Amino acid sequence: MKAAVITFPGSNCDRDLAEGFAIAGAQVERVWHKQTELPPGTDIVGIPGGFSYGDYLRCGAIAAQSPVARAIRDFAGRGGHVLGICNGFQVLTEMGLLPGALMRNAGLKFICKPVTLRVATADCVFCAGYAPGAEVVFPVAHHDGNYTINAEGLARLQGEDQVAFRYGANPNGSTDDIAGVLSANRRVLGMMPHPERAVEAAQGGTDGSALFRALAGMMARV
Amino acid sequence: MKARVHVMLKDAVLDPQGEAVRHALATLGFAGVERVRQGKVIDLDLAVADRAAAAAELRAMCEKLLANTVIEKYEIEIL
Repeated sequence: MKAAVITFPGSNCDRDLAEGFAIAGAQVERVWHKQTELPPGTDIVGIPGGFSYGDYLRCGAIAAQSPVARAIRDFAGRGGHVLGICNGFQVLTEMGLLPGALMRNAGLKFICKPVTLRVATADCVFCAGYAPGAEVVFPVAHHDGNYTINAEGLARLQGEDQVAFRYGANPNGSTDDIAGVLSANRRVLGMMPHPERAVEAAQGGTDGSALFRALAGMMARV
Repeated sequence: MKARVHVMLKDAVLDPQGEAVRHALATLGFAGVERVRQGKVIDLDLAVADRAAAAAELRAMCEKLLANTVIEKYEIEIL
């Protein structure tokens, strides 16, 4: 599996995300946001957490207009896989590659703690390493993780089984306790919690390994 | 040409930050503030001289970047 992990000015979880992929056996290339092409043979793009452009204007809004964003959009349009974590999820919604929007946490505080999630779909390469309905623990670290979508959009997400993860105890007011969503073609995943911060025992948990291993396993068969 | 863009959350969207402001005002003794919504004002100095062209450009700017039309609405003022 060849992973391309993007770095925007202000991204700070790019190294951890690169490590997450590497530990699962992927070949990882780090991509600066000014590049207009992804590395040849890229199987999956990782958009990391952090504070791209200082969250100026709106989280992820300016990163979504970066030169590399067009390449990511084309890649996703061709059926490429994209994993957006935290700020990466925000960038994906700002790009319109995922529906809805991430707003300020309902409690107005920055939340930084491990949370329990339930895997909400059985049909998703990112979740293939988990039993359906499995509980996993990933850290969250965000101020603007409140997933918001209108009634029509929510009905569509639910009807099409596009909710990938739900919070056990909703920390930020997200609609329908949604922690992660899939695109209609199920190849783009955006999630607020950080699976890459749960891939080694030293991080306090390894529930994230199964996500990266499932991706590596699927790519290997291609 | 100078323009001012007002960006607010759409009416149907909850605004906890506006609520926090309302509570703070009440704590300060300002009674009777029934609702607070907060947004952004963005001032732009444009090189274009033609009002219609400016208005069209500003609308495009709002749709593409200045507002997230999933959750926000905008108003454009040519000053």
